[in-house]
Amino acid sequence: MSLGPEASITDESTAPTADAAERPGEKAIAGRSLKQIAWRRLKKDKVAIAGACVVIFLILVAVLAPLLIKWFGHPFDEPHIDQLDPTLSTPLGKLGGISREFLLGVEPQSGRDIFSRIIYGAQTTLSVAFLSAFVSTILGTVFGLMAGFLGGWVDSVISRIMDFLLAFPQLLFAIALLSVLPDTFFGLGDRWSRVFVLVGVIGFFGWPYIGRIVRGQTLSLREREFVEASRSLGARSGRILFRELLPNLAAPILVYTTLIIPTNILTEAALSFLGVGIPPPNPSWGGMLSDAVTFYQIDPMYMIIPGGVIFITVLAFNLFGDGLRDALDPKAR
Amino acid sequence: MSENLLEVSGLQKHFPITKGLFKRQVGAVRAVDGIDLEVRAGETLGLVGESGCGKSTAGRLFTRILEPTGGKVVFEGNDISHKNVNQLRPLRRDVQMIFQDPYSSLNPRHTVGAIISAPLQIQDIPTPQGLKKAVQELLELVGLNPEHYNRYPHEFSGGQRQRIGIARALALRPKLIVADEPVSALDVSIQAQVVNLLDDLQREFDLTYVFIAHDLSVVRHISDRVAVMYLGKVVEIAERDDLYKNPRHPYTVALMSAVPVPDPARRDRAQRDRVLLTGDVPSPINPPSGCRFRTRCWKAQDICATEEPPLTVRLEDPQSHLTACHFPVVDDETVAGRRPAATPA
Ligand SMILES: Nc1ncnc2c1ncn2[C@@H]1O[C@H](COP(=O)(O)OP(=O)(O)OP(=O)(O)O)[C@@H](O)[C@H]1O
Ligand code: SF4
Ligand SMILES: [Mg+2]
Repeated sequence: MSLGPEASITDESTAPTADAAERPGEKAIAGRSLKQIAWRRLKKDKVAIAGACVVIFLILVAVLAPLLIKWFGHPFDEPHIDQLDPTLSTPLGKLGGISREFLLGVEPQSGRDIFSRIIYGAQTTLSVAFLSAFVSTILGTVFGLMAGFLGGWVDSVISRIMDFLLAFPQLLFAIALLSVLPDTFFGLGDRWSRVFVLVGVIGFFGWPYIGRIVRGQTLSLREREFVEASRSLGARSGRILFRELLPNLAAPILVYTTLIIPTNILTEAALSFLGVGIPPPNPSWGGMLSDAVTFYQIDPMYMIIPGGVIFITVLAFNLFGDGLRDALDPKAR
Repeated sequence: MSENLLEVSGLQKHFPITKGLFKRQVGAVRAVDGIDLEVRAGETLGLVGESGCGKSTAGRLFTRILEPTGGKVVFEGNDISHKNVNQLRPLRRDVQMIFQDPYSSLNPRHTVGAIISAPLQIQDIPTPQGLKKAVQELLELVGLNPEHYNRYPHEFSGGQRQRIGIARALALRPKLIVADEPVSALDVSIQAQVVNLLDDLQREFDLTYVFIAHDLSVVRHISDRVAVMYLGKVVEIAERDDLYKNPRHPYTVALMSAVPVPDPARRDRAQRDRVLLTGDVPSPINPPSGCRFRTRCWKAQDICATEEPPLTVRLEDPQSHLTACHFPVVDDETVAGRRPAATPA
């Protein structure tokens, strides 16, 4: 009466899923995970790949900053008065003093090497952006999971806190907090002390963005039958959290982490621009932009360079993040 | 055949409806509202009813994925109604569930091997032949290629996915399997294959099934007894042949007339007798008083609104045939003759 196993296999594989139909070599036995499928999709997205290349380039630059400065630049706080017009204190050469010696020109008034300051600033900016994204992701994932998985009053409390933080005037708060904190602590020196504080502040205010996504996804995943199936096998909460839920949350978490990095770059730049970020003479892109404001008519390059770098960096991260989201889109399963 | 594996009595599940910041309870969805039945060892009990009548909720109560709000679930003589997660763990080996939606019942991030070996790992079942071999044996058992253990669920069709779900339920060699509409999401051509597979497995492993479906035709082939549910209650339960020959509850009759009649000579009469279920299913939040079917019943009278009909033996039915209706349908009663004018022809 019943069909044998072979018969049913052939019956059903005549109407395979769309995914299976696309597969070129039907013989391949090893399955393709969603990760591999996403990677294939991402590879086809030229714009996202371009963004990724820029991002990787920037990371390399930040990591190799000391070497690059040694080879192609000058110490970031070394004045070069000889490069400046003695009466106007503006760079002597064309385009803000761009030359073989000074790849991106020199600063007016002090004559410091802009190339070195940009590269050095990249190090600070990317450290702040990545570390604060990391802090936001950890907090957001932990609290989002707790809210979504435990539900009840835990969910109510965490959701209210997230609403509160999202409505909070965080820039004002950051300015107030940063201007009263000591310049150095833990013997870190003024640059890394400030990086530390910025990471804390930006990371803390960023977690509700991740938290809301994780909570929402957890709520919908929790209702999926595979979670019930796991429960009906006698799985403990730990297994359900780490084996069933987290693997499905990895993609959205990765995407939103990538997408808050550019936001963090902009926040750091804004805080430095306002004078509460990285303290001078340590270079930062926002600080350079702020210094350039007074010179924008006589030395526009001084403003265009940090502005352009911020723009390109943020754009690259956003393009990559968007591409990643499209590639991992669960709807395009 | 007569020993009861599972007995439920007065079983209720009410989902609270909460409102506002403080989650004040403003009402409840009475998804399951007083079910009494027993499942005998070795049999297949079909559980049939329209969408939303509480079949899945009932199945989840039988397998204790949900905790009942009221009533009792007794498995092999043990009251398991309110056991906690740890106390239930040993029971999980004996009671398993096959889920309604083959697309959401398998974790898309796990390989088939990981999915099917999960029960063995969670329950610490020793596999002398090795985990991989054990998984491959199960795959073979449900008619899938054992070489596919490394593939992901999205690489399989709906029917194949449901087989994976069956293999997972089978891994612990349970006594009772609650199959929640295992074929409803599948193409008609594949439904029979999966039902046949379940049939074969039942014979091979002495399984007891509660087979949930939303129409009577699907369970006819596989069931020994059939229970019909309406709005959280069982309205009729009988041996299969008895039920299909002498349906007593107007709702059962209505459901049956929705079943296509294969015999062309009888089709004519069937067309004439066709009872259309008119009107919406009332909300389980606020079910009708008395008999819950009265808002759609063509035989309803005043008493139906005031007195809830108990589930008992009616007319000259055998002891096994219980109906919850004040005016059960008699054998030669033509439905068409009794149809009220309000029902569109
Ligand atoms: N977790 C829940 N919370 C609140 N209400 C629920 C929940 N689960 C089910 N319900 C409600 O309980 C009722 C019965 O649902 P159930 O899923 O048991 O129906 P069903 O008979 O299985 O329907 P279907 O044939 O569509 O699967 C429905 O009204 C549904 O909305
Ligand atoms: S009790 Fe009354 S309303 Fe209910 S099914 Fe029977 S006849 Fe209809
Ligand atoms: Mg259901």
